[in-house]
Amino acid sequence: MPGKLKAKIVAGRHLPVMDRASDLTDAFVEVKFGNTTFKTDVCPKSLNPQWNSEWFKFEVDDEDLQDEPLQVTVLDHDTYSANDAIGKVYIDIDPLLCNEAASVISGWFPIYDTIHGIRGEINVLVKVELFNDLNRFRQSSCGVKFFCTTSIPRCYRAAMVHGFVEELVVNEDPEYQWIDRIRTPRASNEARQRLISLMSGELQRKIGLKVLEMGGNAVVGYLQCFDLEGESGLVVRAIGTACTLDKLSSGSAPNTATHTHPNTAPASNACNSPSKDGKEPVFGEDLLSSSGPPTPFRALPTSSSSPPPLSPSKPCSRQSSSSDTDLSLTPKTGMGSGGSAGKEAGPLKTLLRQQTQTALEQRGASSSGLLLNAREFPFFTLTSFPPGFLVHVGGVVSARSVKLLDRIHNPALGNTRSYKLLDWNSVTADEPETRDAWWEEIRQEIKSHAKALGCHAVVGYSESTSICEEVCILSASGTAAILNPRYMREGCLDIGIVDHRFEDPSPPSCGFCHIPYDELNMPFPTQLTYCYHCRRQKVPDVLFTTIDLPPEAAVTGKGCLIQARLCRLKKKAQGEVNATAISNLLPFMEYELHTQLMNKLKLRSMNALFGLRIQISIGENMLLGLASATGVYLTALPAPGGIQIAGKTPGDLSNEHHILTIQKRINDTIAKNKEIYQINPPKLFALDPEVFCGTNMELTEEVVGSPIPEPRQRSRLFRSHSESSDEVSELDLSHGKKDAFVLEIDDTDAVEDIHSLLTDATIPTGFNSCNTEIMPGIYNWTSAVQMFTSVRVFRLSNANLTNQGLNKIFTDLCENLLKSFYFKLRSMIPCCLCHLNFTVAVPEEELIQVAVTAVAMTYDKDQTQEKPAEKPITKGCIETEEQLQFPMELCADSSSTNTQLSSKISGVQETTNVSSRVSSLERSSPVPDGRSRSLRSTRGFGGSSVTVVKMTPLSFLPGTRIIKYLGIINMFFIRETTSLREEGGVSGFLHSFIAEVFAMVRAHVAALGGNAVVSYSMKECVFMENPNKNQAQCLINVSGDAVICVRETDQEPVPSNIGQTCTSETDGAT
Amino acid sequence: MAMELDVFVGNTTIMDEEVYQLWLDGYTVSDAVKVRMEGGVMEECEASADVLLSDTMDQYRTFQMCERLLYSPAKLANQLLFQIPPHRQAILIERYYAFDDAFVREVLGKKLSKGTKKDLDDISAKTNVTLKSCRRQFDNFKRVFKVVEELKGPLVENIRQHFLLSDKLARDYAAIVFFANNRFETGKRKLQYLTFQDFAFCAGQLINNWTVGAVDNMVEDMDVDLDKEFLQELKELKILITDKDLLDQHKSLVCTALRGKTKAFNEMEANFKNLSRGLVNIAAKLTNTKDVRDFFIDLVEKTPSCVGQIHGRHQKLYLQNVSRLKRISSPAYFFPCLSPPPPPADAVISAPPVRTFSVFDLSAVIISSLSASLLESSVCKSDL
Repeated sequence: MPGKLKAKIVAGRHLPVMDRASDLTDAFVEVKFGNTTFKTDVCPKSLNPQWNSEWFKFEVDDEDLQDEPLQVTVLDHDTYSANDAIGKVYIDIDPLLCNEAASVISGWFPIYDTIHGIRGEINVLVKVELFNDLNRFRQSSCGVKFFCTTSIPRCYRAAMVHGFVEELVVNEDPEYQWIDRIRTPRASNEARQRLISLMSGELQRKIGLKVLEMGGNAVVGYLQCFDLEGESGLVVRAIGTACTLDKLSSGSAPNTATHTHPNTAPASNACNSPSKDGKEPVFGEDLLSSSGPPTPFRALPTSSSSPPPLSPSKPCSRQSSSSDTDLSLTPKTGMGSGGSAGKEAGPLKTLLRQQTQTALEQRGASSSGLLLNAREFPFFTLTSFPPGFLVHVGGVVSARSVKLLDRIHNPALGNTRSYKLLDWNSVTADEPETRDAWWEEIRQEIKSHAKALGCHAVVGYSESTSICEEVCILSASGTAAILNPRYMREGCLDIGIVDHRFEDPSPPSCGFCHIPYDELNMPFPTQLTYCYHCRRQKVPDVLFTTIDLPPEAAVTGKGCLIQARLCRLKKKAQGEVNATAISNLLPFMEYELHTQLMNKLKLRSMNALFGLRIQISIGENMLLGLASATGVYLTALPAPGGIQIAGKTPGDLSNEHHILTIQKRINDTIAKNKEIYQINPPKLFALDPEVFCGTNMELTEEVVGSPIPEPRQRSRLFRSHSESSDEVSELDLSHGKKDAFVLEIDDTDAVEDIHSLLTDATIPTGFNSCNTEIMPGIYNWTSAVQMFTSVRVFRLSNANLTNQGLNKIFTDLCENLLKSFYFKLRSMIPCCLCHLNFTVAVPEEELIQVAVTAVAMTYDKDQTQEKPAEKPITKGCIETEEQLQFPMELCADSSSTNTQLSSKISGVQETTNVSSRVSSLERSSPVPDGRSRSLRSTRGFGGSSVTVVKMTPLSFLPGTRIIKYLGIINMFFIRETTSLREEGGVSGFLHSFIAEVFAMVRAHVAALGGNAVVSYSMKECVFMENPNKNQAQCLINVSGDAVICVRETDQEPVPSNIGQTCTSETDGAT
Repeated sequence: MAMELDVFVGNTTIMDEEVYQLWLDGYTVSDAVKVRMEGGVMEECEASADVLLSDTMDQYRTFQMCERLLYSPAKLANQLLFQIPPHRQAILIERYYAFDDAFVREVLGKKLSKGTKKDLDDISAKTNVTLKSCRRQFDNFKRVFKVVEELKGPLVENIRQHFLLSDKLARDYAAIVFFANNRFETGKRKLQYLTFQDFAFCAGQLINNWTVGAVDNMVEDMDVDLDKEFLQELKELKILITDKDLLDQHKSLVCTALRGKTKAFNEMEANFKNLSRGLVNIAAKLTNTKDVRDFFIDLVEKTPSCVGQIHGRHQKLYLQNVSRLKRISSPAYFFPCLSPPPPPADAVISAPPVRTFSVFDLSAVIISSLSASLLESSVCKSDL
């Protein structure tokens, strides 16, 4: 499907002065796509040039359209010497390839230079005309939508969830090429930016192909990461969940869609076939017979396994690009070679898969239920699910593996650098396979952990790496879960899903807590009780998960952010010794992090963690561990017991006294926390002796009376570690058998630990914090939103620090960051910091870097208690039956489009939710008094020409409704300076860089016609400095979904209108 | 905890107005932290000194980055780097261009040159305004001066549009530009009792009535330069001293106009002859640049018999009337007694009655709070 890309350069403004003599600039623009370049005329002597160029037309392959960015370079014309570059703009044209997203890119883009930052702005217009796809063997995947959002996007309905897709692409890092020694830093940075842009385009395209092959039309929860492996190269990898999404139009009620055949749905979906000119009828026969592939694009897998009727215009070797083992480089980039596609395993594997797939599809076609197509890895990157999807949650599964980056791929080459560099092509040729194999290993491990927990799927799945020199830790984690069998097809998953437990649908408010594993054959020791909510099933005493709190879950009180922080010193070492040392330390770190989490959870009197994310970073001489999660009190789970302190030497009187004071402090803290988080477990269950003993403080204090608890009460955390030497440990949820959790004080370390436990600063009144999408206990958001990024680097001054000292420093660093947020955002009170995402790194030997991205959202204080935990639950039970009869109704948020329906489907809670939201809006509309200084950015932005673009790491904006997704934003920037002091030191440098990144994201979104970015995240922030040379460099990678949202109260949103407003707004700027 | 690096960046730029003011006032970060601590902001959110320091640093950095944009405020509205709500942009600009009266009083009428800039440390010491703040204010004056220098059209309007300032502030800047351009001497000890607002008021009157712009509103520098022709014509006022009939006529006209409108009336009436002579003498000399510069000093000094007396009682008069006249300070008295006499005479001589009436009518309304003199001088000018 070739296409015509058209670009027009309109004007520039605020250009920098390039000619000192005249204080003006003679600017012109080069527009480059692929290997074609166009130039505008020179606009002499102006800082606000008007080029108003003709349309520059590029006739290109859609494959290139997906891979390449449009590159706009602004230069200063110089008659006698070389033209000076002012800066560049890279425009990702992917959103234009899907006709459901943006139709035109038009707006002011900041002109960015990697050395000088933003230097003026340029107004560009970009359009794409796609022709019909006649080539069945295409390598492009135009039309597949990508979403960073880890739930079903708000204006879509999931017709099918196909499952896990992954891909990785490897290349050499231009920064480490020999040429880097002779070229300017600017050239090197630009080469890197361009390469990464190319690689992520290619990666997306390949993932898209896999999705098409699976029969989907979208990737949800798309997570793309970079591994800067230094000399051994650059890895760009991505995972996601393939889905078939149907757009919910506000006009047509989802009701009708309910009865639509799942396979016909995609065909009617315009997005799936970018050509609108009635291609469907051709394939209509297939559709009706429902034996063949439902859409033109699904024809691909079948036809590629049999000789194609049309002679392919492309080399056959490129057909199997979907195979995991295929080389991930296209010849275009010059690094890979087509020949490597001839691996034996590749085509075979693909073929097998295709067969199973076809079989599945046929079966799927005969049933009207939602088809869930989990391939070899039943993983889902989603963190929140349509109601009824998630049946049971087992617990967190995680796996880590320590790998040595160097010398892995091709030992024969030796490790002399020059040689390697000369022969890079042969080195990289092996890389994707190596990396693929590594991840494959980890995923297998995760899968088996999930199996051990009696689960057939992993949800909330994510992968990450930490690299230091040549050692790399690969981590993967997720939540083992059982998904609704109605959504699963027989034989699709390994575990026998015909189980008595499924026959008896559990109420949605507690069902997911019920244990999925066999009671008699528990994977780890835990204490089971009957569900405190329905009393029918067993539940564990504590539940850890990586997903978001299901909206229908019954929760008591509010949630809060819980963090476990840990530093471990390590001897400096090289190569294998280093790797071994690290892998030896890992289990201990995980154990300790887990203990801390558990203790802190108990201290807050909560019993479940959501959104758990454990990050372990390696530095040269230390390891950092940071676990963040949102603690909640699940009504269904038993109340957590208190924490008991036990001394080892009972005879010592002073010691005993000491223990008593500590115990007193702990008990006080628990009591206080209960008040803060409003945890008052239902009275009904307080009569239960077991709970009673756990919650009643007086009783616990009595227990303190006896210094030594009975031996059997002493519990140890049980850990299971996989046998494999250098990798993988499973995090389980086990803890003591008794309700009271005993901490043993046997040495000074333990005392320190307890102290650190108690010194966690309390949150100032008016603030809440969580790292999940939804803050349990707050349901009435008002519209003020403030997204922020904060980075801190601490230099350890003391060379001989102990583990304890380090821990203290690290903890203080994190606590101070939080305190600082509370202070800065005090004008927004009452507010909640949501999606607090901490990233730690050890950039240099004595540096600790913490980067945080989060959003502060205001809420209406009066209505905090609006949603009582119990009321909807009983109703919910009744609704369940009905709900399950409509498995197609996987509306992510149909509440806004069709309140009536959603209330019917998802139970009463949704309704209360909606009504409360609306009423809170009504209330808040006459702007609250004290918040005149609040950071609320109103729509419209007065008469200003700049569109306000809101950003949030969440998948929604409170008080608004997303009416259109415009495409994924995935940007990578490098900034470097050789005048660090002049730019205000490292802080000044990074401050302006982050501000510039925000500005560029906003500009791109505005140019797409959007007014917000949801699911925004900063994936990477690599900062390097050399103060002696007055230099610093920073790399930032951000991503998110560009959207158009309207206020929830606005009655009839007309998308086209909105688009026009936006363009006219940008036009107005001209 | 001393951080190697510590930044916080919001999608909507976070700015604390209190910190902004401290920054504008030229406080160092550590001083600003002290002031904030004393201000009790710490209790608000259980913050520690560390938190306060980090916050102050962040904000200072933000302001420094914004400063570049504030040089041409119009840019602030369509720049992309900072997302700042419009009302906040307005506050940023207005505050940035605000100045200390004490400081401006020192540089008023001086050439806005490098030489003056070098003296800023003295001024800083004298006025107790930090050097940093002095520099900002001085640079603001200079920037506004440079921009409006090359523009056509009314001065105040130009300033307001180019720098997006409020009307009040734009008028003040117009006065500063006007004084700087004409280099009126304001620094002499005898003029010390006059505040900036006094001069700004005079400048407003002068701009409206004595400049080229008063007759033709499309010339360059129309509001900045005094109308040479007009100054030339002022010479002819000498007739008001030499011709006894005209003097009497002039006196009666002025008295009619001012009767009951100023407390200094009796004094003025009694001394009218001396007063008139002094003023006409000053007016006649205004063709000389040096004398233009000394205009204000001459007004105080060169009319010793009458102005001196009035001047001597000035403070008292001022105090007596402060409640009634609110905003008016010395010039209100200063001028009605000084400059008004000449023009009406001319009006009598040549102006059509209707015109004269309207002028008096107008002046009658304004005179209680404003100077009648210059208004009338416009009549004089237009008629000559």
